[in-house]
Amino acid sequence: MRIHETEVADTFAEAFAMRAARLVITADTAEWAAAAAQSVTGFATSIIGCKCEAGIEADLTPDQTPDARPGVSVLIFAMNEEGLGKRLVERVGQCIMTCPSTACYDGLAAESKVPVGSQLRFFGDKYQISKVLDGRRLWRIPVMDGEFLVDDRFGVQPAVGGGNILILGRDGRATLRAAGAAVAAMRGTPGAILPFPGGVVRSGSKPSARYKFLHASTNDAFCPTLRAVAPETQVGVDAGCVLEIVIDGLDLAAVETAMRRGIHAAAGAGALSISAGNYGGGLGQYQIRLHSLLAP
Amino acid sequence: MSLDFTLHTVPSVPLEADVLSTARLAGCTAKEAAKLVVVHGNQSAEVGEFFRVSGAAGGEISLTGDLSRVKLIGAGMTQGSIVVHGSVGMNLGAGMTGGEIVVEGNAGDWVGPEMSGGRIIIKGDAGHLVGSASRGSPAGLQGGEIVVFGNAGNEVGGGMRRGLIAIGGSTGDFTGVNMLAGTVVVLGQMGARTGAGMKRGSIVSMHPAEMLPTFTYACSYRPVYLRLYLLHLRRLGLPVSDQALDGSYQRWCGDAVELNRGEVLLLEPTQP
Repeated sequence: MRIHETEVADTFAEAFAMRAARLVITADTAEWAAAAAQSVTGFATSIIGCKCEAGIEADLTPDQTPDARPGVSVLIFAMNEEGLGKRLVERVGQCIMTCPSTACYDGLAAESKVPVGSQLRFFGDKYQISKVLDGRRLWRIPVMDGEFLVDDRFGVQPAVGGGNILILGRDGRATLRAAGAAVAAMRGTPGAILPFPGGVVRSGSKPSARYKFLHASTNDAFCPTLRAVAPETQVGVDAGCVLEIVIDGLDLAAVETAMRRGIHAAAGAGALSISAGNYGGGLGQYQIRLHSLLAP
Repeated sequence: MSLDFTLHTVPSVPLEADVLSTARLAGCTAKEAAKLVVVHGNQSAEVGEFFRVSGAAGGEISLTGDLSRVKLIGAGMTQGSIVVHGSVGMNLGAGMTGGEIVVEGNAGDWVGPEMSGGRIIIKGDAGHLVGSASRGSPAGLQGGEIVVFGNAGNEVGGGMRRGLIAIGGSTGDFTGVNMLAGTVVVLGQMGARTGAGMKRGSIVSMHPAEMLPTFTYACSYRPVYLRLYLLHLRRLGLPVSDQALDGSYQRWCGDAVELNRGEVLLLEPTQP
């Protein structure tokens, strides 16, 4: 299959079942909300090394937030509910509570909940105050600029992680240009985030290694420098660079929408070809076939 | 479907009508509802002696007329809604745990005694002791919301333990007296001795108030949680100003004769 001059491989992205939470961060200004969002989504690129994956879903206008202040919506993913709960307590406590003027609200209407504010409240050293409004319990934790307001519990729902596309280009500049176009098109997809820096990852991995102590290692099949030596190389002779975009979503449809937007944008920006990362279909619960995504 | 009660005979003395509640009228036909027993002074009577009843039960009740001598409307309510086209008497929504009561007129004393859930909206004024503990009772409002668009009398939220009371107008003396927790928001002015004996909880006003000497000024700041409350009240139709939403509040902590963990928040006037 081709889009413009770009070949789209007949393959699939292998994605996994995860658990996700949505944080709505607000602050006195959009800049401080963004600062907290950047911090809470930091070091959260891959579940392999970071224990969670996170990204900014959208900037929110005051009419979209519970306290009518500027805000940012953030999605955080982990492999199970317990792990996600721990990450939320760590990250909300260290990255949002610490940021001036912020508040943090649960952004999911999920039945399953994990304790967050009810854990962080102890920082208040018995000066914290609980408020219940319309059935929603919040904690007012005294801090040096006033109070940090946080929801008692945060919703957690089933989600999909590890959707991806691989963009193959003639050289680094051309591939970055195509990847940048793809990221711009994918960002803002409701319910989806791109957890890697700038939305792009160059060190794609495979879930195995020749070292026994490693669980994952470089995706040699897509390393152009290894085309001559990697036995299962997928890099054509005219490709000098491969960049991956990983997508996590609140559901499969969100991941597929983002992938579809990304493929079209990358193709329109001169990608040589587009492929996807999978592990033979034996690991992930979801197989997202690129040709099916693009079918009319 | 709605069960409609229209007052045709104004009671000469207070009428205790706790049967006028979705909890008691569930599944009743109009004929059955008219036969229910009320207490007129010290005499038993039937609903039909005072009300013309029509419609059918479906979780909604409509009451029309000047019911200012009718007590205990909505008592024990757990769900559904009651709309009163007129004024009501004492003890509206006593012991209710859910549902909503809307009164388009005024309400008598003791709105929501022993209430623990649901919402009461009074479009007019309310009497004394809104959401307050009954005499001898350890706690007042234990959950839910009472919203009064007009003024209210003394001892609003007295002894309340949880929930929200909002007064669109002004309140009398002893607002939040002996409060255990919960939130009282007064858009107008409060009378004397606000928060006397309060242990925890929040009393908020958009006007200056004379504080008791057992309250200590802490700081002036903009509490984010209050924005949620004020936005909630604005959605319910109370005239919450942008100044109230965005302004700074003086925080007074007290009452020092008790736990000293309550707060009174007073909106600071804008600088000219």
